[in-house]
Amino acid sequence: MSTPVRSKLSSATGAGWGMAAPVIGLLSLFLIFPFILAFALSFTNQRLISPNPTEFIGMRNFEQLLGLNVLIIEPERDGAGELVRNDAGEPAYPRVRTFTRNNPDYPQYQGMREWFAWNFRGDRIVFLASDVIFMRALTNTFLFVAVVAPVQGGLALLLALLINQKLRGINVYRAIYFMPVVVSIVVVSLLWRFIYDGNDGLLNNILSGLTFGAFKPVDWLGEYGTALGAIMGMSIWQAVGFHMVIWLSGLQTIPETLYEAADIEGATATQKFRYVTWPGLRNTAVLVLIVITMQAFALFAQIDVMTRGGPLDSTQTLVFQAVIRGYEKQDISGGSAISVILFLIVLSVSLLQRYLVRTKN
Amino acid sequence: MNKLTLFGGAVVLSTLLASTAMAQTELSMWYHGAGNPNELEVLDVIIDDFNGSQSDWNVVLEKFPQESYNESVVAAALAGNLPDIIDVDGPVMPNWAWAGYMAPLELSDGALDGFLPGAIGEWNGNIYSVGLWDAGLAIFARKSVLEANDIRVPTLDNPWNEAEFDALLLKLQATGDFDFAIDMGMAWTGEWYPYAFSPFLQSFGGDIMDRSTYKTAEGALNGDAAIAFGEWWQALFARDLSPGTSQDGADRGSGFLEGKYALQWNGNWAALPALEKFGDDMLFLPAPDFGNGPRIGAASWQFGVSASSENQDGASAFIEFAMQDKYLAQFSDAIGLIPATAAAAAMSKNYKSGGPLEVFFGLSENQATLRPVTPGYVVAALDFEKAMADIANGADVPDALDAAVDAINSDIEKNSGYGF
Repeated sequence: MSTPVRSKLSSATGAGWGMAAPVIGLLSLFLIFPFILAFALSFTNQRLISPNPTEFIGMRNFEQLLGLNVLIIEPERDGAGELVRNDAGEPAYPRVRTFTRNNPDYPQYQGMREWFAWNFRGDRIVFLASDVIFMRALTNTFLFVAVVAPVQGGLALLLALLINQKLRGINVYRAIYFMPVVVSIVVVSLLWRFIYDGNDGLLNNILSGLTFGAFKPVDWLGEYGTALGAIMGMSIWQAVGFHMVIWLSGLQTIPETLYEAADIEGATATQKFRYVTWPGLRNTAVLVLIVITMQAFALFAQIDVMTRGGPLDSTQTLVFQAVIRGYEKQDISGGSAISVILFLIVLSVSLLQRYLVRTKN
Repeated sequence: MNKLTLFGGAVVLSTLLASTAMAQTELSMWYHGAGNPNELEVLDVIIDDFNGSQSDWNVVLEKFPQESYNESVVAAALAGNLPDIIDVDGPVMPNWAWAGYMAPLELSDGALDGFLPGAIGEWNGNIYSVGLWDAGLAIFARKSVLEANDIRVPTLDNPWNEAEFDALLLKLQATGDFDFAIDMGMAWTGEWYPYAFSPFLQSFGGDIMDRSTYKTAEGALNGDAAIAFGEWWQALFARDLSPGTSQDGADRGSGFLEGKYALQWNGNWAALPALEKFGDDMLFLPAPDFGNGPRIGAASWQFGVSASSENQDGASAFIEFAMQDKYLAQFSDAIGLIPATAAAAAMSKNYKSGGPLEVFFGLSENQATLRPVTPGYVVAALDFEKAMADIANGADVPDALDAAVDAINSDIEKNSGYGF
């Protein structure tokens, strides 16, 4: 007989709404309203500072960000039809900029730049993008998520299993692993800038000490090939403690009796993990995965403090570009458009993850 | 009852007293130099003198740290809370004037006579801001190092040319005495890049944008002259003649003084410590001439009036009051900057005839070139900075310059030409 209870609750909706009002108000003001605003602004030419009126420009911001094209360049030939070869003996190709800059024969390539290219059967196939920096930011962000989500989640689980033991002083380890989470990410980034320093950074010193001087110092944040990897490593280390705690809470919800039963059955440690621990962590795993994915997509502070997108765009990310464009370059509509694209990406990735790990019954 | 009357009387009396003190209209003023006691001391003196010299206006100062100053102004402008008097970085002024944050100054005739061109903030035919000082750049060098390597000391009339400059850098590098032959200051990201490096581009014959129209960067920033500049720039770093973008900020500050760098491209604000360290051995040399004359950047922080101020005449009066030579000289003595007039330079410790930094006044007077005077400069500066960093890191020179041109042009287009 739950009907009387329900009617009593629904008769007091006034008070209920009243109590919810402060939270709803703040959420609307700082979360829902800016969210809708970003959507609306991405279809305009709104500037941060401008006396010009705001105009509706449809999808132009998105077209500018996402424009792609393919250009196939044939090698240069001299008057006799022979291939022109450069000093290394390879066929020479005309520069991409001769097609993309003010060339009336190729209006479709106007203003685009080379994203990446390769040679195929003597021709050069060039992928052009109208916003190469955005494309780099997009691929870097996906790469970051693809590496950080599994590695950080896996390491966090490993740490959680290690500290989920009844040993003396285990709380000290829990505190140590959790410590980087409590420190501000800006401070952590500054510290790691010193650790990664190219001349006498801690990492270079340790590596050259371990190899008895055979290791040549690397400018971790200053080189194209290592900068993004360095930021991945530092980001994984920084937030691993947070996810360790979530795993730990999951581990502690698994009833002790299941392990006792497994012991009686004579299960090995691996079997216990495979058939008791892992199924018991199912919901925690979904949570950890989705949280890490969303956090990784929002990569910003480390980039802002450590590399500001460089060297040569190797650490550009979507959120960093959104902020740079919106505030530093005073292009609120361009920044909003990137935010909207990021929102759609995160939404579809989360939905996909939910679908893949759905309970099949 | 009596007590109450007494209390009431006191209230009335104190209100009266307060209102007589309020006869001066309050002018609020924002300044970017929070945390720099030397310059604030001079500013306080000027404000006290001004408040005491007349009975209409009372200037009240509010200080901001430089890093967040511009954002504070923009936020205040959006919220409609700008003060009466603001200070503004010279090249940013057209952007704020165009956006309607600033009003033209109401100065009396001849108030700007004798001011260095870099200290006058003019846009669209109006004077919007005036600097009490300018900043200047020079190649810091030691006479003993140049003599030991048989390197000619250049003069204002006869600066190093490109080939000479390149040869001497290689020579200095080959000595093995230094980590790098010259320090360009790549650690100082931000406005330093366009301020310090675009004069080289101009000396090559290029520019950040086409100043005849201010509507495009095509040809100026990616023409043959600009590509020649870019290749020279890249070669500096490819041959390890200068520390690159990963330079440590501390090395930038102390590397020349510690002898890590043979030469350093630096501003007059860093001149006093260098003089203290090396004394008579210290030289401040003009920029090399890459074909179109030696150039250095001009314009530093300046004072202006906000458009929303109800007391623009008072704000202008304060700025004109602050433009007296004695204050210009005091500012220069306090922070080592170049006084904005020759008369003030003669009164200052460092820039008077025979003063240790006198050379900077000549540099500023002869070579100073304003950064493009357009509201679009603030965005163009970021694109230029990125191109300089990318080229130093090995990017293809024409492609990097093309990218900057496209970004600048797309911004100009999005802003409907910035009014040009």
